[in-house]
Amino acid sequence: MIGRNSLFGPLDPAPDAGYEAPPPRKGFFTDTSVCIGCKACEVACKEWNDVPENLFEMLGTSYDNSHSLNANQWRHVAFIERPGRSTAPDQPDPATPPVDIGMPTVGAPPSDVPDEAKPDFQWLMSSDVCKHCTHAACLDVCPTGSLFRSEFGTVVVQDDICNGCGYCVAACPYGVIDRRSGPEGDPKVGIAQKCTLCYDRLTDGQRPACAAACPTESIVYGDVDELRQQANERVAALHEQGVMDARLYGNDPEDGVGGTGAFFLLLDEPEVYGLPPDPVVTTKDLPQMFTRAGMAGTALLIGAALSFVRRRA
Amino acid sequence: MSESTRAGAGAQVRHGGSPGRSRGSSRGGDRVMVPDADFTSYYGRPIVKPAPWEHDIAYYLFTGGVAAGSSLLAGGADLTDRPGLRRAGRIGSLISLLLSVVALVHDLGRPSRFLNMLRVVKLTSPMSVGTWILSVHGPFAGLAAAAELVGMLPTRWQGGPVRLLLRLGRPAGLVGAVTAPPVAAYTAVLLADTATPAWHSAYEELPFVFCGSAAAASGGWAMVTAPVAEAGPARTFAVGGAVVELLMAHRMESSMGLSAETLHTGKAGRLMRASKVLTAAGAAGAVLGGRSRLVSVISGTALMAGSLCTRLGVYEAGMASARDPKYTVVPQRERVERGEQVRYQG
Repeated sequence: MIGRNSLFGPLDPAPDAGYEAPPPRKGFFTDTSVCIGCKACEVACKEWNDVPENLFEMLGTSYDNSHSLNANQWRHVAFIERPGRSTAPDQPDPATPPVDIGMPTVGAPPSDVPDEAKPDFQWLMSSDVCKHCTHAACLDVCPTGSLFRSEFGTVVVQDDICNGCGYCVAACPYGVIDRRSGPEGDPKVGIAQKCTLCYDRLTDGQRPACAAACPTESIVYGDVDELRQQANERVAALHEQGVMDARLYGNDPEDGVGGTGAFFLLLDEPEVYGLPPDPVVTTKDLPQMFTRAGMAGTALLIGAALSFVRRRA
Repeated sequence: MSESTRAGAGAQVRHGGSPGRSRGSSRGGDRVMVPDADFTSYYGRPIVKPAPWEHDIAYYLFTGGVAAGSSLLAGGADLTDRPGLRRAGRIGSLISLLLSVVALVHDLGRPSRFLNMLRVVKLTSPMSVGTWILSVHGPFAGLAAAAELVGMLPTRWQGGPVRLLLRLGRPAGLVGAVTAPPVAAYTAVLLADTATPAWHSAYEELPFVFCGSAAAASGGWAMVTAPVAEAGPARTFAVGGAVVELLMAHRMESSMGLSAETLHTGKAGRLMRASKVLTAAGAAGAVLGGRSRLVSVISGTALMAGSLCTRLGVYEAGMASARDPKYTVVPQRERVERGEQVRYQG
């Protein structure tokens, strides 16, 4: 089924894949401005989806010891330490100041160091995940049909069909999907693995495990249409509060992948978080690629024929 | 813990662009739009993932090219009554096809499921298209090679079904020749249809480089294995292929932008330099001394080695371009800074 925008452009992916009257497209809005880096999403994802160990090593990259999104890591919390005053929204002064009732407190005692003398330091934390692209390169290039578009508009691997060709790994513009290489004995070794947006939970009307576990609602699950609206409101509110660095990533249906089902509110350039600044689905250029290959193949055939004609003369 | 700790899927490399680098404090509205010579990344980690392939795939790019070119030469030789060249072509095609299938299946994460490739016909997947191209071409080329092999049996064994096979040799070989060019050309699309910077940015020229390389390598094979008197068309084919390969590789390097760097540096750079020297020397040998048996064998070998180096070089360049976030971030960041993000145009 090839429609006008099947390779590139705004599209509702489930009907394009052939579903009749599918449910509204589902996705994530990950608001990194309220992420506290607790990694509950990573844990909940591993628990629910039975994702085996990734690596067990201190990487020396802030609190990030899970390294990257890969076959054994379907949610990955990035930690960035950088100079700069906090861009967290200033809390408006409450109308009535809180009354000290003598409760025990946590955290550092009140500091007598003036703000200017404190270290110039800021945290950025962001929980990354498969983007469930409108135009998903992994799905386009999968030669077995193992990757498929679900009725929710998400992209899911069928473990019993994938033969581990690895093409999807090279095709993903975000470096999300990966072929599982360990641990030894795992039934899915050799097979492409990534976030399914908890397909099994969605079919039962439940939220994905990471969204259910997120304590700050940094990960919001819902209908993509509503999430996009919510994201626009949130970024406008942050701008109003003076957080001019807030920007949305992946929410534009006219971008290089037709917009993503899982999109983000970021507080810096995408590449700071390990995200590509202007990702493009590789199959956008596929018609031209096949045309060029057709020309080259024709030239080869003619060249072979000419090699014989000239000799005969 | 040292900063050179290696872990998991990638090594940590720190460079000037890692987060933590001090950047302009007045972000937002009036940022200075001077392009950064440097770039930003997340602890220097790659963004796109390199294909999880072994060198099998690079060798397959080579054997697939030899198979396609050999089928074409065998078809031409059959029509122009050159039995020695025909035999070299058909047997070359059989050997390289068998090596191709072994390489392709071995490279799967689940080799036992290789037949799953035939579940679907999927035009958006060059690997699916290629599988079907091979499935059409392979049996005909194999049949022609089988006919060639039984033709070498003593005459008294060539009765009954064997005679039928002999009769099928020519039609099968001709179908094999006509279906051969897609085998040589599609592998370029296979590489280009990825997010791997050095492969995708080469998509315009890569099919010509690969088809030229296929002609050079298969011509080289025939120069080594066919009688010199019959190998004239193979020499012409090889020289033409070598010229196309060298010219288009040159053009490719100037059109693919930043990721062309990966074709000049490291392992890929050494392979591409070797490829140029070997291909040019082999072509020169074929032109100047093609009628000498010794020169034929040496130049034919050089042409094949040159083609193999081209395939390995392009493969390695792609891998290097995926491992370094620079080749993903910088071109995309430059588009953004110029206000030329890729956007849907009505």
